[in-house]
Amino acid sequence: MPIVDIRALRKSYGSNEVLKGIDLQVEPGEVIAIIGKSGSGKSTLLRCINGLEEFQAGELTVDGKPLLHKNAAAMRALRQRVGMIFQGFNLFPHLTVGKNIMLAPSLVKAKDTASGEAHARALLERVGLAEKFDAFADQLSGGQQQRVAIARALAMEPAVLLCDEITSALDPELVGEVLRVVETLAQEGMTLLMVTHEMNFARRVSNRVIFMHQGRVHEMGPPAELFGNPQTPELQQFLKSLND
Amino acid sequence: MVDFSLWDIFRNLLLALRWTVGLSLIAFIGGGVVGLLLLMLRLSKLPGATVFVSCYVQLFQGVPLLVQLFLAYYGLGLFGINTSPWVAAGMGLTLYASAFLTEIWRGSVESIPRGQWEASQSLALNFAEQLRYIILPQAFKISVAPTVGFLVQVIKGTALASVIGFMELTKVGKTIANATFSPFLVFSCVALMYFVLCYPVSLYAKSLERKLHAHR
Repeated sequence: MPIVDIRALRKSYGSNEVLKGIDLQVEPGEVIAIIGKSGSGKSTLLRCINGLEEFQAGELTVDGKPLLHKNAAAMRALRQRVGMIFQGFNLFPHLTVGKNIMLAPSLVKAKDTASGEAHARALLERVGLAEKFDAFADQLSGGQQQRVAIARALAMEPAVLLCDEITSALDPELVGEVLRVVETLAQEGMTLLMVTHEMNFARRVSNRVIFMHQGRVHEMGPPAELFGNPQTPELQQFLKSLND
Repeated sequence: MVDFSLWDIFRNLLLALRWTVGLSLIAFIGGGVVGLLLLMLRLSKLPGATVFVSCYVQLFQGVPLLVQLFLAYYGLGLFGINTSPWVAAGMGLTLYASAFLTEIWRGSVESIPRGQWEASQSLALNFAEQLRYIILPQAFKISVAPTVGFLVQVIKGTALASVIGFMELTKVGKTIANATFSPFLVFSCVALMYFVLCYPVSLYAKSLERKLHAHR
């Protein structure tokens, strides 16, 4: 059974339709890279999966449970299964790194402080920031902040992780440290959907690449096939423009 | 005619100052509570809430406080409610302060980047938890300086309560001035007392502002 099941999904802002019928099934453990020009709807699609955007038509289920915007309890249950990492990190600046990670598990999962702290420290260790437990976000580099954001998302033990251009706001020399963490997650079997501009990374890590164009899944396939032998002129042109 | 020494004038004004401080506190606490409720209402995005709150704010910001006090004092009387100057002044100033405070706080909440809402939402926090743990602690920091600054406006605003017979600093000053025939002296003392009350508050607001800017 697919962990994320999207059928005939449509989303518009006013009269501007940005997703024009998306069908996508994601199997557990799959790593999916979503590529495409800006404005193609790739970020919007990602944000629909955890309910940050409301869609007007179609169905979306995570773990067999449908996404119901009007049902706060259902959304709360769904969001515990779906973690998200943002381009702008979005760490909580008034809390320490440790509290950033521990807050949601303690509120939503009623995790007690001791086990929450142990878990948070283990996660920080995993992203290579064990010594930053008591630091604040503004004392960290962009790459470190993003790794904390990953640890924060993992603290909820999600089944699916959404990555929305998570290296786009980073200085080039900091991209590697973040991608290495994501790659490790992929190897450990985490289901990942990532919107990315890092084509080499997408090619190396993903099982499937989705090229979006004008609100539709324009082309989809294994990375070797999609990058090596693009079928549509739009994808050919997109890949060519990256090499210019 | 009775002779008034400077000390007599000062002593009576000091006694009246209590009521100015008291009325300021009522206005500020009442305005704070009502303002916070209005802020919650507005943030809740309940149908009609935004329109209601913005009409409320426009109404009480768009009518002079003096006129509001008249309306509170004489208007309630029309409905057969016997208002004392205390009730009318307390109510008028509460409504006035709540309109301004809710606007100040709304601005502070809106200055929190959208990513903070989205990140906390993605972590499955509900609306109340988002406000309590993420948004309000950050908005509070931003709002402290303008809020304290507005307190100065409230303190000075209480002077208007003199027109509905509330015996605060200005009203007592006027009474003493009439009795002593030395209005300039008396009102100079009145002015001094307002200044002594307000100046430390605005200094405090300034220092808070500096502190918060240094943190960025």
